[in-house]
Amino acid sequence: MAVAVQHDDAHVHDEHEHHENFITKYIFSTDHKMIAKQFLISGILWAFIGGLLSILFRLQLGFPEMDLSFLRFLLGDWIDATGKLDPEFYLALVTMHGTIMVFFVLTAGLSGTFSNFLIPLQIGARDMASGFMNMLSFWFFFVSSVLMFQSLFLENGPAAGGWVVYPPLSALPQALKGSGDGMTYWLLSMTFFIVSQLLGGINYITTVINLRTKGMSFSRLPLTIWAFFITAIIGLLSFPVLFSAALLLMFDRMLGTSFYLSDIYVAGQALHHTGGSAILYQHLFWFLGHPEVYIVLLPALGISSEVIATNARKPIFGYKAMILSMLGIAVLSFIVWAHHMFVTGMNPFLGTIFMFLTLIIAVPSAVKAFNYITTLWRGNIRFTPAMLFSIGLVSFFISGGVTGIILGNSALDIYLHDTYYVVAHFHLVMGSASFFGMMAGVYHWFPKMFGRMMDDRLGYIHFWFTFAGVYLVFFPMHFIGIAGFPRRYYSFTAFDAFRIMADLNSFISIAAILTFSAQLVFGFNFFYSIFRGRRAPLNPWNSNTLEWTTPINPGHGNWVGQIPYVYRWAYDYSKPNAEQDGFTDFIPQNVPYSQTPNSNLPYENELIEIEKEEMLPTDTTLHTEKVPE
Amino acid sequence: MIQLILVFAAILIIGIFFAIFRISTLASAVMKKPGAEKDSQVSSGNSLHGALFIILPLIGFGAAGWYGYKYFGIYTQPHASEAASQTEPLFWIATAIIIAMFVITNVALFYFAYKYRYRQNGKAHFYPDNTKLEIVWTIVPAIILTTLIFTGWKAWRNIMYEANAPKNAQVIEIMGYQFAWMVRYAGEDNKIGRSDFRYVDASNAMGLDFTDPRTNDDIQLGQAEIHVVKGKPIELKIRARDVLHSVSIPHFRQKMDAVPGMPTRMTFVPTMTTAEMRQELSTRPEWQVIDETTGKARFQNFNYEIACQEVCGRGHFSMRAVIIVETQEEYDKWLAEQQPYVEKNKDYVVKAIEKQKRIKKEGLTTMRESANKGVRQTASF
Repeated sequence: MAVAVQHDDAHVHDEHEHHENFITKYIFSTDHKMIAKQFLISGILWAFIGGLLSILFRLQLGFPEMDLSFLRFLLGDWIDATGKLDPEFYLALVTMHGTIMVFFVLTAGLSGTFSNFLIPLQIGARDMASGFMNMLSFWFFFVSSVLMFQSLFLENGPAAGGWVVYPPLSALPQALKGSGDGMTYWLLSMTFFIVSQLLGGINYITTVINLRTKGMSFSRLPLTIWAFFITAIIGLLSFPVLFSAALLLMFDRMLGTSFYLSDIYVAGQALHHTGGSAILYQHLFWFLGHPEVYIVLLPALGISSEVIATNARKPIFGYKAMILSMLGIAVLSFIVWAHHMFVTGMNPFLGTIFMFLTLIIAVPSAVKAFNYITTLWRGNIRFTPAMLFSIGLVSFFISGGVTGIILGNSALDIYLHDTYYVVAHFHLVMGSASFFGMMAGVYHWFPKMFGRMMDDRLGYIHFWFTFAGVYLVFFPMHFIGIAGFPRRYYSFTAFDAFRIMADLNSFISIAAILTFSAQLVFGFNFFYSIFRGRRAPLNPWNSNTLEWTTPINPGHGNWVGQIPYVYRWAYDYSKPNAEQDGFTDFIPQNVPYSQTPNSNLPYENELIEIEKEEMLPTDTTLHTEKVPE
Repeated sequence: MIQLILVFAAILIIGIFFAIFRISTLASAVMKKPGAEKDSQVSSGNSLHGALFIILPLIGFGAAGWYGYKYFGIYTQPHASEAASQTEPLFWIATAIIIAMFVITNVALFYFAYKYRYRQNGKAHFYPDNTKLEIVWTIVPAIILTTLIFTGWKAWRNIMYEANAPKNAQVIEIMGYQFAWMVRYAGEDNKIGRSDFRYVDASNAMGLDFTDPRTNDDIQLGQAEIHVVKGKPIELKIRARDVLHSVSIPHFRQKMDAVPGMPTRMTFVPTMTTAEMRQELSTRPEWQVIDETTGKARFQNFNYEIACQEVCGRGHFSMRAVIIVETQEEYDKWLAEQQPYVEKNKDYVVKAIEKQKRIKKEGLTTMRESANKGVRQTASF
């Protein structure tokens, strides 16, 4: 961008534009947009790795008799002489699939990408509050990724005690190979990951509070930003607790302390540990672990709010209710963690308390779902790929959410705890819903990220195969769960009760392979379109938010000249009488009420006076603004 | 060689797909009619997607309903305990409610998506909020949930609270270790003797404390096959020797983790003997199918099983124990054949007492016991 840039306020970032080299532009970049792309591409690569791992263990579950020798080129000696997958490596696959998907894809890949990308663009800021911290955040994540990736290739395999890595199993290399070096790598990697999350989160919060453009009050923030803001606060409060849990686990493993360990006789030896409590770890872990569900989910819900409103050409229904329910979910998310522990030996009275709190959280979630559905009602819906993924998200959010009512009921959870019912529940409500939110975000903001469009038809193929595929994989799991099948079982042949439904398990595995293959279509579409996609117009979805007022390929600093002011909320779609004001079915946020006398609501007309006094005199963007036909 | 061919085939297929993609992209660019530009707001397939939102869910609901109905007898495990008879009705009531919610909301979602798909001259209805409506759909779910909670709460207290457990329960201890279960009966005094993980050795796998007189009549079973009497309450005292395990008894709808250093408990009352259950299942067609592993009909194999349900390592998936529920006479007959551990291993016990006294004298046990008191007495974390 060689245009001479007019500086405003204290922002002088644009100066960097002129002497940018490859390293400062693409690697150690402090531009939030580049950092977002770094997070996104790492997230996509991780998603393929995490997905591939799940295919490997689905082969074992769906086809236990299968000769897996052909995988030896990839897994080496983890496939034994008879072509069978090693049971410990099966556990490692399950563990790494969970860790990668929850943290590396749906936390870093989703929140890291879109919080970074959208916060400055949608609130009207030139960059994050601290570009340097933002860069550090990515590079801590990168180090964390390298460690986790490397752990896959350790001789004794990566961590294998489940993604929750409960001690004592995760603390005792004698009990499980993966609890050796693999677990050390896991803990180190997660430590770096937490640092990355905290650096990012502080930045998001600070930016949203301090750097909103003139007129962008909290009551005018798009729901995406509300979601990222609340997510960042949840992360900031809960990740440090995971850090303490990991730290104490490291002490137990390396220094011989007894925080979590007590009365253990393993591998022919009584250990010296006494007085520790394994349950303590579970409390600490789930104090992050449960909010983590919302750290993953809220950004996806925020993205889908924006995408659904834009493509239904309607204001999001119940904007304030959406914010309130997000705040409600955020607060409640901190006081429901022990519903993961109903049958761990925790005092049953605590179970009672947590059952009550858990079922309360269903209320704001239900409100959100109803609001999405009402937003579609009497809309004029354009099925862009992003819109399809958002509708898919709402469907998964409901379908996975309703089973939460059963699992949150402690009496019913006794039977279903750690069965495939739980697997079905969280893969739908949190895994797939968040993944669809991420995909919706990618399709929707790809033009802003890369200045090009992704291919529609490939997007549609990707959506329908994934949407059907996800249901084909996870819906049958409810039946397997009702039959009581335990999670993390290598095979079900040892029990009379579980030597049934093998055909359903094969069906799920085939569906999983198909669903995974459909992601290759996305991978191709994404990387191909970065370089060869159709050039994007300025505002391809006729959207109201500020990011579409930037140039097609915004430079570091986002806007040329002054940052636009904000005069209205983000959801003035299909406003009655907008045609008389010279608008079609959308009025962007930077259009003053004084320009739209016919479509204003009564209370909006009252704001014109304040507008004229405080904002219009200094808003230089209006004169150059092209008024829509 | 075959792998090489497979790789080539894969590359070829990908190449073909890519070619098709390029050709269709070019073709659509060339063949676009001049008039078509006008309505470029949406892609040409917009109505198709609307229709798919009707067709696919219909197929999906149909398939799920068909499977749910046809295989009901397969995917529902039989149950035979007092806890199960409390939670089973609750589960099916809650399931009916959530299926209704699932269908209504999903149908609304997909139907609206179809009905209000883009029309060229259509205009969306500006409808930003409706406070009444929102209050209604905040309160209605809240009421439904509250009802479910209270019924669940009652069952939970009955099943889990120690205070609600029957007072005359027979005490049995179960210990999980990698990768099996060990069982000890409390004997005539119905009291389990102390144990200590440092007393464990090749002969004394449960670490029984022979200096405790309550240990003398304890019966340690050679195999994990628990015999219990129908209708008689059992208190399972649960512990783990190495890592976390979980005692899951699917047919009793009960489960409790086994935690090293923190004894846990579970009470259950079996309501049908194994033989009665086999008898009942023999009338159901899906239980007459031959099990390939054993060559017998499924109902003949039926057993109340204990499965480990907390990941514990390599052999997690095969950590099995069996509960035989029988009549009082059968049980008494079985019990008469059992011998307390102390009587069975007299020579060993004499030596072990020496060792255990030595460990105690060194003060380690006392020290540890006082340090552990808070953790050992309750499971109140």
